[in-house]
Amino acid sequence: MQEHDVSWVRTEMVLAEAAPRSQAGFGAWFRKNLFATPIDAALTVLALLALAWAVPQILNWAFFSAQWTGADRSACLTVAQGGSHPDGWSGACWAFVSAKFGQFMFGRYPIEERWRVILTGILFVALLAPLLIPRAPYKGLNAILFFGLFPFVAFFLLVGGFFGLPYVETSLWGGLLVTLVLSYVGIVVSLPLGIILALGRRSHMPAVKLLSVIFIETVRGVPLVTVLFMASFMLPLFAPPGVTFDKLLRALIGVALFASAYMAEVVRGGLQAIPKGQYEGADSLGLGYWQKMGLIIMPQALKLVIPGIVNTFIGMFKDTTLVLIISMFDLLGIVKQNLADANWATPQTAKTGLVFAGFVFWIFCFSMSRYSMYMERRLDTGLRR
Amino acid sequence: MKNTLKVVLGAAALGLMASVASAGTLEDVKAKGFVQCGVNTALAGFSAPDDKGNWTGLDVDFCRAVAAAIFGDGNKVKFTPLSAKDRFTALQSGEVDLLSRNTTWTIQRDTALGLNFAGVTYYDGQGFMVNAKKLPGVNSALQLSGASVCVQSGTTTELNLADYFKANNLEYNPVVFEKVEEANAAYDSGRCDAYTTDQSGLYAIRLTLAAPDDHVVLPEIISKEPLGPSVRQGDDKWFDIVKWTYYALLTAEELGITQANVDEMKNSASPEIKRVLGVEAETKIGTDLGLDNDWVVKIVKATGNYGEIFERNVGSGSPLKIARGLNGLWTKGGLQYAMPIR
Amino acid sequence: MAIQDAVKASEPAKSSLIYDPRFRSIFFQVLIVGLLVFAIWWIVGNTIENLRRSNIPTGFEFLRGRAGFDISDRLIAYSSDSTYGRAILVGLWNTVLVAVCGIVTATIIGFMVGIARLSHNWLIRKIATVYIEIFRNIPPLLVIFFWYLGVLSILPAPRDSIVLPFGSYLNSRGFYFPKFVWGEGAWLVVAGLIIGIGLSWFVARRARARQMATGQQFPVFWTSVALIIGFPLLGFAVAGFPLTLDFPKAGTFNLTGGFNVKPEFLSLYLALSFYTAAFIAEIVRAGILGVSKGQGEAAASLGLRSGQALRLVIIPQAMRIIVPPLTSQYLNLTKNSSLAVAIGYPDLYAIGGTILNQTGQAIEIVAIFMVIYLGISLLTSGFMNWFNAKMALKER
Repeated sequence: MQEHDVSWVRTEMVLAEAAPRSQAGFGAWFRKNLFATPIDAALTVLALLALAWAVPQILNWAFFSAQWTGADRSACLTVAQGGSHPDGWSGACWAFVSAKFGQFMFGRYPIEERWRVILTGILFVALLAPLLIPRAPYKGLNAILFFGLFPFVAFFLLVGGFFGLPYVETSLWGGLLVTLVLSYVGIVVSLPLGIILALGRRSHMPAVKLLSVIFIETVRGVPLVTVLFMASFMLPLFAPPGVTFDKLLRALIGVALFASAYMAEVVRGGLQAIPKGQYEGADSLGLGYWQKMGLIIMPQALKLVIPGIVNTFIGMFKDTTLVLIISMFDLLGIVKQNLADANWATPQTAKTGLVFAGFVFWIFCFSMSRYSMYMERRLDTGLRR
Repeated sequence: MKNTLKVVLGAAALGLMASVASAGTLEDVKAKGFVQCGVNTALAGFSAPDDKGNWTGLDVDFCRAVAAAIFGDGNKVKFTPLSAKDRFTALQSGEVDLLSRNTTWTIQRDTALGLNFAGVTYYDGQGFMVNAKKLPGVNSALQLSGASVCVQSGTTTELNLADYFKANNLEYNPVVFEKVEEANAAYDSGRCDAYTTDQSGLYAIRLTLAAPDDHVVLPEIISKEPLGPSVRQGDDKWFDIVKWTYYALLTAEELGITQANVDEMKNSASPEIKRVLGVEAETKIGTDLGLDNDWVVKIVKATGNYGEIFERNVGSGSPLKIARGLNGLWTKGGLQYAMPIR
Repeated sequence: MAIQDAVKASEPAKSSLIYDPRFRSIFFQVLIVGLLVFAIWWIVGNTIENLRRSNIPTGFEFLRGRAGFDISDRLIAYSSDSTYGRAILVGLWNTVLVAVCGIVTATIIGFMVGIARLSHNWLIRKIATVYIEIFRNIPPLLVIFFWYLGVLSILPAPRDSIVLPFGSYLNSRGFYFPKFVWGEGAWLVVAGLIIGIGLSWFVARRARARQMATGQQFPVFWTSVALIIGFPLLGFAVAGFPLTLDFPKAGTFNLTGGFNVKPEFLSLYLALSFYTAAFIAEIVRAGILGVSKGQGEAAASLGLRSGQALRLVIIPQAMRIIVPPLTSQYLNLTKNSSLAVAIGYPDLYAIGGTILNQTGQAIEIVAIFMVIYLGISLLTSGFMNWFNAKMALKER
C-alpha cells in the first residue's frame, strides 16, 4: 500500500454537513407532514380549526367545569334549574358517578358481602397477569388454574351458600361484575365449543359436518339479541314443566352459544392455514385423530389465530351490553337504570354516565386489542422474512 | 342445536341454579322457603327498590302479605323485576310463583295467556300527562291532535291509545319504548308532548321527573285498568291462597283491624272479628286453605290492612298523594269489596 | 422380513369392527344423529306440554289478527286496524331502510377515514387513528344511546326549532324538510330518468369499446351526468313543472307537513354508520397496504397524480382484499340494527317483541326472526359474492 502524496487527494475526513434547512428541523417536518401541497395545507388548517373548536369544549366539559363532589342533583344544576352553577353552565357531573360507583361495580350485591367480589377480582387478576406475560413460568399450571379451578372458586365465592357464606342470588348482581362474569364464562365456554364446532365443520363425517355448518351459519346469521331472546323466552318452554333457569344462566347460555359460532370460524381459519403436510406427517406417525389434532394441528392452528380469538373476545365483551335488552343490568344497564334516579335527574347526568361507561369499556377493549397486536408481532417473527 | 342441548342438559344435570317443581305451587313454595314474586322494574309507589335495594310499593306489599300468610314472615319473599314483555313468560314458565306487577285484568290474558287474576288491588284508568309549562292551554286530551305521545310497548296502554285517538279522529305520533325508564327519560327530555299510562303510574312517574311541578295530569280517563295479582292456571289451591290474601287485607280494613291493634283485636267480643282472626273455637278456615288458622293475623302483622298498604305506598303517607277514590271500600263509596270470610 | 411376518400374523385382529374407520365413522354419526333426534323429541315434547299447560295457541294464524297498535315510522301503509303480518312487514322495511342507509354512509365514512389513515398529512392521520380507536372499542349500544340521549338533550323544542336553509328545520322531534308533491304528468320525469340512465349505460359501453379499439377516451362521467339530469328536466318541462313543495309549518305541537326524519331513526342510523365506519376504515387501510408498493410507483411513473393513482390503480386492486371482510361488516351492521329496540325505533325486532307480548306465541315469533334475518344475511352475502366475483382478478 502506497501513501497518497498527491495534493488533490484529501487525507482527512470532511465533517458531515448539517442537512439543508429545507430537509431538517421543525420547519421541514411541518412542511413535509402538514403543508406538503396546497390541499394538504387546507386540510391541516381545517383540521386545526376543528380541533381548536372541539378540544377546549371537551376538556372544559370533562375537567375544568365539571362538578366533582355533591350529594344529590342540586350540585349539578344551574341557578335557573335550582342549583348553584351560573346559567349556561355545562360540565360533567362526576359527583353522580362517585355517588353511584359501588352500584356501577357490584350492582345490588349486598354491601357487607362485597369483599367476596373484590377477592374474586384479585384472584382473577393474580391468575390472569402471569398468563399474559410471555416470560412468566408455569404456563400450563397457570392455565389449568385459570380455566379449570378458578371458575369453581369464583362460583363458590360469588354465589355463596356454602361454608358459612350467605347465599347471594344472581338477581342482585349487576354492573361491571355481571359484564365480567358474562365475558369470562363466554370465553371459557366458547373456546372449547368453538374448537369442537370447527373440527366438526372440517370433519369427513357428513352428518357431523352438516350439523356443525347449520349451527354455525344459523347463529352467525341472526343478531345476538335474537339469540338472547330465544334463551330468555324459549328455554323455559323447552325445559320440562317446572324446571326454571336463572336469568343470568340464560344470558350466559345465549352469549356462550353465540360466541362459540364466531370462535368456530376463527379456529377454522387457523386449521385451513396448516399445510397438508402436517396432517400427513401426523398420519404417517400413526397418530389417531384426537392425538393428531391435540398434539400437532391445534397447537399450530391456535397460535396462528390468537389475534382472531382476542378480537372475538373483544366483540363478545362489547356484546355483553345487549343483556340490557333482556332486562339484566350489566355495566351499561346499571348506568342506564341510575340515569332514571330522580335524585340525580339533571341535564348532565345522562352524558356523564354514558361517558363513564364508555370509558370503562374502552379501557378494557383497547388494552385487549393492544395485547393482541403485541402477541401478533411476537408470534409473527418466525414467519416474516 | 346439538350444542344447545349439551349446555341445557349439562346445566340441568348440574342443577345449577335450576329448581325443579313437583306437586302444587304451595308445596314448592313451602319447600324452598320463600315466595318468588314478579314485580315491576321501577314504578314508584307500586314496586321500586329504595337506595338500599329493598323493594317497596303496593304490589310489593301484596307479595309480602302472601308470604306472611304462608310463613308468618313478610320477608320470606324474593322479587324478580320484570319488564312488560317478559312478565307473562316468567309466570308461565314457573320462574315466579306470583305476578304482582300492575297488570291489567283482561279476558285475553285470563284465557289465551293462561293466567288467573286473583282480584283487583288497584282500580286504575289510563290518562295523559303533559308539560304545562311548555304547553300552556292544553287541558284536555282532545287537544292533543298532532302530538307525539310516549308509551310503553306491549301494554294495554298502547292499544287503548290507538283506539282512543282513532275513535276521536285525531292524528298522533306514538313514540314506543320497551321499558318504563326509557319512556320516562324520553318524555323528560322533551321527545314527546304527552305521556300516557295508567293514571297512578303518571303520578308516580311525575315524581321522578326533573321538574315535577311543571307537569299536569289531564282529566280524561280513557280506559278501565283493573290492576291485580295473577297466578298460573291449573293450581286452584295456590290461586285460592292468593285470592283470599287479597280479601283478608280488605276484610281487615273493613273490620278496623290494623297492624297496631291486631293483637288486642284477638280479644274482641265481635264474633266476626274472632272468626277472621282465627281465634274462634274449632275453626277450620285457615287449615282448609292450606295455611294456619291465624293466617290473617300474620298478614296484618306483616303489612297492615289494605288501607294501610294503600296510604303508605301511594296515598297520603307517600309522595304520590293519590286519593282513595275508586279504591275506597264499598262502604265508603269505592269498589273494593271483599267476599265474606266465613 | 421378520417384522412383515409379524404384521401378517396379527392381521386377523385388525379386521375387528372396532378398528374399522368406516364402521367407526358410521357408528359415531348414527350416535350423534340419534342423540339429536332424541333431544329434539324431548324438547318438542316439553314444549307441547308447556304450551298446553299455559294454554297458548300455536300456529301462524295470529298473523291475520288485528294488531291494534300504531307505528309512527312506516314505509308502507299501516294503521291499528292492519294485521300482525302487516306490522311485521312494516318492521322488516324499517330494518331494511336503516341497514341500507347505514351501509351506504358507513362505507363512505369508512373509505374516507381509511384513506385518511394513510395520508401524508400527520395531523389528518392522527385524527383518523383516534377516531378508529375510540369507536372500535366502545359497544355499539352505547354509541346508540350516546347519539340518542346526547342529540336529544341538545336539540331544542319544536317552538324554537333550528332553522336550516331550504325550509328545513331541526328540533327534538327530528329533522324536517320540504316534501315533493308531484302533480299530474310526473311520470314524464320518471320516464326521462329511465331514458337518461339507459342512454348513459349505452354511451359507457360504446366509449369502452372505442377505448379498447382506438385508445381514445371519452368523457363518460360528464356525459352521463348530463344525460341523467337533462332528460328528467326535459320531461319536467314538457309536463309543465308538475311539482309543488310541501313545506313544514308550525302546528300546535309539532311541525306539520313536510317530511320528518325522527330522532330514533337519526340516532340509530348515525350510530351504526359511525361505529361500522371505524371497522371499514381498518379494512380499507389493510386493503390499500396489501397492494404492492410497486403498483403505486408504477402509476406515478406513468404520470398519474396521486388521486388518479388511488382511483384507477390502487383501489381497484385493493377492492379484492377489501370486499370479503367488508361483507361481514355489512352483515354486522344489519344485525346490529336490531339494537333499535333500546331507543324505540320500530324495527323488526321491536315490533316482533310487541306482538309476542300480545299473543304470547314465542316460538312462531322467533321462527319469523330467524327466517327474516337469515334471509337478509343470505341476500347480502349473495350480492357481495357477486360483486366480489366481478372485482376479482380476471386472468386472461
